Amino acid sequence: MSETVCLTGVTKTYAGVEAIRDASYSLKASETVALVGHNGAGKTTMIKLMLGLIHPTAGSVRVLGENPAAGAFAARRKLGYLPEHVSFNMALTGAETLAFYARLKGAPKSDIPRLLEHVGLADAARRRVGTYSKGMRQRLGLAQALLGEPALLLLDEPTTGLDPALRRHFYDLLQAMRAAGATILMSSHALTELESQVDRVIIADRGRVIADGSIEALRAIAKLPVRLRLGFRDAGSPPDIAGIRWRPLGGGSVETETTPEGKMELIRRIVAANGNLADLDVIVPTLDELYAHFLSRKEAAE
Amino acid sequence: MKNLCVIALKEIQEGLRNRWVLATTLLLAALALSLTFLGNAPTGSGIGSGRLDVVIVSLSSLTIFLIPLIALLISHDAIVGEMERGTMLLLLSYPVGRRQVVLGKFLGHLVILAFATVAGYGAAAVALVASGASIDAASWLAFLSLIGSSVLLGAVFIAIGFLASVTVRERSTAAGVAIGVWLLFVLIYDMALLGVLVVDQGRTIGAGALNALLLVNPTDAYRLLNFGAGGAGTLTGMSGAAANATLGPGTLAGALVLWTALPLILSMLLFSRKEL
Repeated sequence: MSETVCLTGVTKTYAGVEAIRDASYSLKASETVALVGHNGAGKTTMIKLMLGLIHPTAGSVRVLGENPAAGAFAARRKLGYLPEHVSFNMALTGAETLAFYARLKGAPKSDIPRLLEHVGLADAARRRVGTYSKGMRQRLGLAQALLGEPALLLLDEPTTGLDPALRRHFYDLLQAMRAAGATILMSSHALTELESQVDRVIIADRGRVIADGSIEALRAIAKLPVRLRLGFRDAGSPPDIAGIRWRPLGGGSVETETTPEGKMELIRRIVAANGNLADLDVIVPTLDELYAHFLSRKEAAE
Repeated sequence: MKNLCVIALKEIQEGLRNRWVLATTLLLAALALSLTFLGNAPTGSGIGSGRLDVVIVSLSSLTIFLIPLIALLISHDAIVGEMERGTMLLLLSYPVGRRQVVLGKFLGHLVILAFATVAGYGAAAVALVASGASIDAASWLAFLSLIGSSVLLGAVFIAIGFLASVTVRERSTAAGVAIGVWLLFVLIYDMALLGVLVVDQGRTIGAGALNALLLVNPTDAYRLLNFGAGGAGTLTGMSGAAANATLGPGTLAGALVLWTALPLILSMLLFSRKEL
């Protein structure tokens, strides 16, 4: 797989304050990556560096084979960007706005109705953007990012203002882009929602990359406990296994914690020991928990 | 080049949509028409000097106040306004250079202003012809020069407005700078210059120094360009000053072009270096 974005030892200082410190990672084609972190973790600054809007203080940034801040624009034609607080000129209609951006990017005119249809704005295309709701503006923002079949999508908090049905539709769109070979970088706070959508997570904290890998890999590094939750028929009781303490939950079910490696062995023993078992849930650490873990681990190290 | 046109066209489209074009054109046309008919009353119709010459004199006095104001109003917001609304960030992520953004916007604003001037002042000339006034070729030439120089004066202040717009961080500051620039060039500078000339009594400030002082203010260059020339000159008494300050129309127009180019180039350079 080819690299679309490559950051090498990037540091960015604003008036003596380090917004990003020694960040290195690369993104590949057909990869969907979540960039996760608190406000002020440097997510937006990283995206601005990839867009070439700012120059790195040290290190190098390559995007689609170019230095984005060098002033050459071949790469930008293949790049879609959705800013965190997207806004448009209120006086123009949705279709006019999209037509303007399509002309700048050299994207075909046929993209405009197709994309408006795609994001569910076909009916509102001839209305002024000033009359749009926040969600509609966000969708128009998404439509402009998808102009010209980009090879790299940089989406800053893309799902804010979208209702659940639209979010689902949004993730379907992303799946299609990924299948077409695009790299997608999303920054977000909505971790639980991202979990099933991304191949890889980059966790940033105060300008530094503190974790980078697939969710499974991060789980393995974090060694967070896996929880097993059991439910029973009428007269069932938790099996008596040495070293395992069962925590009662409501409705007669119980829960315990184990390590990822010990999980299968424990499940075998539970199933063998108890005939009245009605239900067994394996609860793996969520992205939220992983995120909290990596943040606290970093704080402990300091 | 294509990007320049795309950005300029969008400015014009927005100007049409938010009615800047309409408002400016109507304002200029209304004032030009009222000056044409009311302003002619005291001189008597068509006696002595041509009626169009009278219109030229009154219109250029109006232009000196109004065109810089309109130009600064539309231009001071051009860059800082988009930065504040957040649309600039998105625009600059597109394959378009920052200098292209500034130049494209400048061209768009210039077209808006030029259209308003030509249509507004043109309406006055059309009305004059329709009312049956006879106008000679020299007056027509002076009228064309009025329109051309008014557009040029507008270009100067659009460029100055852009410079203010890229330099400051907030829209309200840009508006304040714009008002300050207007007051300085339109009112304060001339009063101060007059005061200095009266005090000096011609002892130290010779013709050369006066020329330089007049060229430093674009509105003075504009004034000399229109009042000093042709039949209009005899109506104003500016012909006296123009004779003392020996500046040809070429020099004056050149000064206006320079006054446009320098702030514009400077704003392109500043905007290119800006970190967002």
